[in-house]
Amino acid sequence: MAARSNTLPLRKRGLNFEMLMWLFTRLTALAMYALVLFSIIGALVMGARTQMNLADVLRWGFMPNSTHIQSSNVPDLAPWSTTFWRVTGSLLLLVAASHGVHGFVVVLDDYISSHRGRTVVRWLSILFMVPMMIIGVYVIWTS
Amino acid sequence: MGLKRDVSLLKGARYRGQGPMLTFILHRIGGLGMVLFVSIHILSSFVGGDLGILLNDIYMNWGFQLFVFFCALFHAVNGLRITLLDLWPRLMAHQREAIWIEWAVFLPIYALAALVIVRTALVS
Repeated sequence: MAARSNTLPLRKRGLNFEMLMWLFTRLTALAMYALVLFSIIGALVMGARTQMNLADVLRWGFMPNSTHIQSSNVPDLAPWSTTFWRVTGSLLLLVAASHGVHGFVVVLDDYISSHRGRTVVRWLSILFMVPMMIIGVYVIWTS
Repeated sequence: MGLKRDVSLLKGARYRGQGPMLTFILHRIGGLGMVLFVSIHILSSFVGGDLGILLNDIYMNWGFQLFVFFCALFHAVNGLRITLLDLWPRLMAHQREAIWIEWAVFLPIYALAALVIVRTALVS
């Protein structure tokens, strides 16, 4: 079988909002990989001298917030709660939340088929996502 | 414009989609699991107090850790497969091979983490 893809060229496919969100989901997945790897490298650099536990490195990697290593054997939390890491954490939170809520909408679209229901789901998801993002960023910058 | 379908849940559950269908289902479970976990985790760290401690105790339970780590790791590995194949559609012809590679990456990492989680739970 020849390795030929069945995808349509872009001009035949059309470029609407759902298509852009499809691309957004893929690109944010790559962005999350980059941010998590970046945080893991940061944890390896900062934690190397303190013989940091691998589990703590990974927990930090999935969310670079200083409360995540509070109860570990890291002696000084100051280098872990800098503005730099708060910005990285906020970026990861915003990217992950938008990716996750859009995924939630995609799943619900498979079970709710009416136009009205889908519109309601979209508004509810935005009403849920925006306060969660604000609360999450607030927690990151005040912890 | 709604999509009209006439498939019962029972009939849907008997659909034999094989390997790709399994990754589709697990990807959904993993994604929804993480949305639930992250939402409650953010809210509990915001609220704090007794409720926050109670929720944190649930998260520190080893059974819950096994579940959340399964969600996160499978969703990440499977998501990378989907992303790579979608952004380079010519690779889509090798989808089944990609899924085998995916399990070969996922299973050793998950098994090692599960071993550590269970052993830590048994020691303490």
